[in-house]
Amino acid sequence: MTQPLPMAGTPTNVNLAGLTKGDYRGNPSTLCQGCGHNSISNQIIAAMYELNVVPENVIKFSGIGCSSKSPTYFMNRSFGFNSLHGRMPSIATGALFGDHTLKGIAVSGDGDTASIGMGQFKHVMRRNVNMVYIIENNGVYGLTKGQFSATAERGLALKKQGSNPYMPIDICMEAVITNATFVARSFAGNAKQVKELLKAAMSHHGIAVLDIISPCVTFNNNETAYHSYAWGKDHEEPLHDITYIAPRNEIMLEAEMKEGEIREVALHDGSVVILKNLEKDYNPTDRFEAMRVLEEGQRNNWLATGLIYISTDKPTLAETYELVDTPLNRLQEQDLRPAPDMIDKVNALMF
Amino acid sequence: MNKVVNDFSIIVGTKNGSGSSTANTTILRAIFKMGIPVSGKNLFPSNIQGLPTWYTIRANKDGFLARREDQEIVIAMNPESFTRDLASVAIGGAFFYADDIKQPVTRADIAIYPMPVKQIVRGDPTIPNDFRDLVGNMVYVGVLSQMIGLDLETIHAALSFHFKGKQKPIDMNFNIVKASMEWAKANLEKKDPFYLETMNKTEGLIMADGNTAAAIGSIFGGVQFAAWYPITPASSLADALNDYFPILRKREDGKHTYAVIQAEDELAALGMAIGAGWSGLRSMTSTSGPGLSLMTEFAGLAYYAEVPVVVWDVQRIGPSTGLPTRTSQADLTFVNFIGHGDSQSIILLPGSVTECFEFGWKAFDIAEHQQTPVFVLSDLDIGMNQWMSKPFEYPTTRMNRGKVLWEKDLEALRGNWARYLDKDDDGVPYRTVPGNKHPAGAYFTRGTGHDEQARYTEEAPVFLRNMDRLKKKYETARSYVPAPVLYTTEGATVGIIGFGSTEAAILEAKHQLEMEHGIQADFMRIRALPFTQEVSDFVAKYDQIFVVEMNRDGQMNQILTIEYPQRAPYFKSVAYGDGMPASARWVREGILTRYTPNAGHNGSSNRAQTEPREAVQAAMASSNNTSGDQK
Repeated sequence: MTQPLPMAGTPTNVNLAGLTKGDYRGNPSTLCQGCGHNSISNQIIAAMYELNVVPENVIKFSGIGCSSKSPTYFMNRSFGFNSLHGRMPSIATGALFGDHTLKGIAVSGDGDTASIGMGQFKHVMRRNVNMVYIIENNGVYGLTKGQFSATAERGLALKKQGSNPYMPIDICMEAVITNATFVARSFAGNAKQVKELLKAAMSHHGIAVLDIISPCVTFNNNETAYHSYAWGKDHEEPLHDITYIAPRNEIMLEAEMKEGEIREVALHDGSVVILKNLEKDYNPTDRFEAMRVLEEGQRNNWLATGLIYISTDKPTLAETYELVDTPLNRLQEQDLRPAPDMIDKVNALMF
Repeated sequence: MNKVVNDFSIIVGTKNGSGSSTANTTILRAIFKMGIPVSGKNLFPSNIQGLPTWYTIRANKDGFLARREDQEIVIAMNPESFTRDLASVAIGGAFFYADDIKQPVTRADIAIYPMPVKQIVRGDPTIPNDFRDLVGNMVYVGVLSQMIGLDLETIHAALSFHFKGKQKPIDMNFNIVKASMEWAKANLEKKDPFYLETMNKTEGLIMADGNTAAAIGSIFGGVQFAAWYPITPASSLADALNDYFPILRKREDGKHTYAVIQAEDELAALGMAIGAGWSGLRSMTSTSGPGLSLMTEFAGLAYYAEVPVVVWDVQRIGPSTGLPTRTSQADLTFVNFIGHGDSQSIILLPGSVTECFEFGWKAFDIAEHQQTPVFVLSDLDIGMNQWMSKPFEYPTTRMNRGKVLWEKDLEALRGNWARYLDKDDDGVPYRTVPGNKHPAGAYFTRGTGHDEQARYTEEAPVFLRNMDRLKKKYETARSYVPAPVLYTTEGATVGIIGFGSTEAAILEAKHQLEMEHGIQADFMRIRALPFTQEVSDFVAKYDQIFVVEMNRDGQMNQILTIEYPQRAPYFKSVAYGDGMPASARWVREGILTRYTPNAGHNGSSNRAQTEPREAVQAAMASSNNTSGDQK
């Protein structure tokens, strides 16, 4: 493997990490043309490039399904682990102990997370593992050719499947209930918002859950379907206009952003998220408000998007373990094996 | 009456949760400190409080310490099991019972000793009311002290150890021991022949349980990450990690070089352990059969993605929930082939507390060297009971971290490497771990088909090449796993194969076969799969090879038969699994019912191999009167 060269003829736009956008790319996607997941991969590439992330400082994780193939489509220079269906959170939980300075980016789907993986999804949030957990949510199983997922709305009609008799699981609601420290919803059709939320999620300290409605153009894109492009465009109700401001960048308020119309949320690494009020002021640090806005969305058939909830003062899992500064996987035998005299001590502790 | 010195068994019948384990381990430890070889086995029900439970202690001057079916001394503290306990005393034995149990004592062929447990406890005004039942168990310790010569000083040493030097509980319990001894001296007349007398046969030994030894061994192996989920009989292994990490890996800055996580279930436990192993940590989990069933999917991933991880299976008897507090060796074939598709995993088989320690550290060297899961199959008997043991020995070899490439290695290679390339022709490839900052360091791990560069592929030849390499890697493991332990006898004509906790029973049976039946046997205790050369040599040597194990189907026998098909006619399966630790009697009977006298060279005698499981079962059932789960 050698460092990929910039394509001939393209100007080399190098970011603060000394990398071009090409350094953040992955293999060509093998998903369907127009799949929402591809646009999310593109936004991940853009966000990481703009955030000056060093790819070697990131580990990609996924489970099984269309969504879980995505990590091969971005950031080839990062380690990745495409694991088991619904079991990605446990792999990520263990892997991030190897080097606590690394950040996880996990991509999962609605089947991977809300059906087979619901248990691990809940517990990875409870533990506040330091990673971005993206759910590419399309309400349908794609690789197995179009069965309902647990997030499909009641009454959804799919070819060969008939009508879905069950109420859907609301991933953001589950996340808020489980005390996830960052919960956001977006829509793959709203690229700018996806990218800004990704940047905020990367700067968040702990688990950042991004439920992104990502239409399946092959099996679930009828315009009346909740997870379709058309429905999303018609029903999206952003809670705010979100802008991510990197650390060190002076916050320049646009002329129309007036006092009282914006809200700032300071993130752990010194970056700031500016939330511009739309119809009304929304406070994403209030868990009660988060529940209310999700409940309202369900009742009124709105696709409420944006930063739904954030809590910036909780320790990450690795922090609660008070690990040594050196990454655990760089410790040597002398750090790990007790000294020879300890064997007598331990034998003396036995009867 | 001839004295019987240092050669008898004691069984104590109590109510589960009544606090008798302090009294029982006190007797065990006191005998040990008297220099007499001794073993103790807790035969307990799956219950927190109320059901009958038994504890057996065997003292044996010659060092034979397997479970025995016969008990010379029976102590009955539980009205519910009284009748059965009384019936279980060997003829000429002794029966001690709490005299508040008002049930007929109907035997004239044994010595009978009532003990006024309540009266003695009430006679000590310093004991708070709510402690009376607990310390009541000390009455039989004190009475035994007087009647069979259990040494007071060593009882005190055992209590001091148990209560970690805390004077108040030590005194409270010891005072009852002394008062009971005094009472017995004044009121009981010795009518049985059993005595304990000080020896020097336990000098330099320690007492420990296998789960604690496994945890401490793992820490000496440099374990950095453990994820687990509570399950009997494995939980105490993780508990011991939590107990000993702070002692053995203490740092001046107070920070930690390890993490222990209680996972939400066994799937997540192994998932986390695999994640950590993948990212370069010495990583483990500990569980039992039901947990391992849940971990199977992940075990297959770790095999195929080639992730080092250590999995302790402290076996209990299945299938399903089975008998959760009973021992077994019935996970062997399951673990050997664990995972769907073609797979075969490395298994270590510790046979003692010492080996739990040794394999504790060694398992990481093997797992990291081989880049694959290593399963260590212990069992409830080794894991949870206190055993006499040689002291733990500091690891004799440096850590083997396997083929890991860091930045400087990749610079030297100019970034040219491939994750699954068989560069050294041993099937074991090179790996990198997350955090490696070299731009060519990363690779993408997957459970899907992959080529040498770890890229997704469905190409048939590439898939085959990879599977063949995995097989080759398994072959490589043969020279890295522990060799068997051999016990040879001059002029041996038959072989015995065993593994794990049955060693004591087999050694005793082997001795009896020689002394009482004139059958000389060599005994090989297998300590790992894949089999090493020593195993191949052993199975080629005899025309009768008895494969002894605690399960129904003869699983080791099955694996030997697969591995050495040409030797299949000479293997004779002695398999029995009812949840009880093996006894010399069942090993001996099992061998005798299958033994062919004067068999020709290489088993030319064709005597029926269809020897009767029924006969063995009958022999077992008639002798097996201590099983706590029968009503």
